[in-house]
Amino acid sequence: MLTAEDKKLIQQVWGKLGGAEEEVGADTLWRMFHAYPPTKTYFPHFDLSQGSDQIRGHGKKVVAALGTAIKNLDNLSQALSELSNLHAYNLRVDPPCFALQFLAQCLQVVLAVRLGKEYTPEVHSAVDKFMSAVAAVLAEKYR
Amino acid sequence: MVHWSAEEKQLIASVWAKVNVEECGAEALARLLIVYPWTQRFFSNFGNLSSPTAILGNPKVRAHGKKVLTSFGDAIKNLDNIKGTYSKLSELHCDKLHVDPENFRLLGDILIIVLASHFGRDFSPACQFAWQKLVSVVAHALARKYH
Repeated sequence: MLTAEDKKLIQQVWGKLGGAEEEVGADTLWRMFHAYPPTKTYFPHFDLSQGSDQIRGHGKKVVAALGTAIKNLDNLSQALSELSNLHAYNLRVDPPCFALQFLAQCLQVVLAVRLGKEYTPEVHSAVDKFMSAVAAVLAEKYR
Repeated sequence: MVHWSAEEKQLIASVWAKVNVEECGAEALARLLIVYPWTQRFFSNFGNLSSPTAILGNPKVRAHGKKVLTSFGDAIKNLDNIKGTYSKLSELHCDKLHVDPENFRLLGDILIIVLASHFGRDFSPACQFAWQKLVSVVAHALARKYH
């Protein structure tokens, strides 16, 4: 699914975040909770107010996981295996084909906000494909 | 009828006032054809769609993108009756164009990414929320007359 060019673009884009990963994560989650209220149903135990420590902490986790995936684009299944188990057996978030769409959309918006024109159609396409691939791996063990 | 708060209306209007309809429309449609290549199936008579560069430079894509986004402007002028505004277009997309309504959702999401890349931090979470709601309402209205 991901071409060599896609992989290059994804790694480049991630490289441009230079240390802002935590902010990107928090911004992405906040936008997701704000724009897609049903996603909040998975976090009844969280303080979901803007700037909450829990959103920041969780955003950082999510972005770190994506970072790991990006370092292992040739073997996403393996790299995300633990997370795949977690989502399938514990978290049971509505199959990632659906739920991850919202996270993916908000991540793309955050990247576009930060990168402006550098978020070219080619980069957009590569990131979109990457998030689809991640969603597919996370959904692998659902049933 | 969809309820729009005063804040949502203001956020939508303030972004729209700064949008270059021709540029944003062209870019949104081009990105649809690039990021989701299967959507090219609806544009077989548009000429060269063989690469992102070709698509971005294609005059038919640009013109049609402008048309599509101009129509969005109609929705924004008629937020309280988007259903009515898109009634005929819905019939057209079903009966003549045979477009799967899922594509309206894809284009809506892409438009939001285009706006985000143009407006940067001004495209706040509240802005995004109002616009996601708008594109969702438009997509529903366009799908409404399908049978």
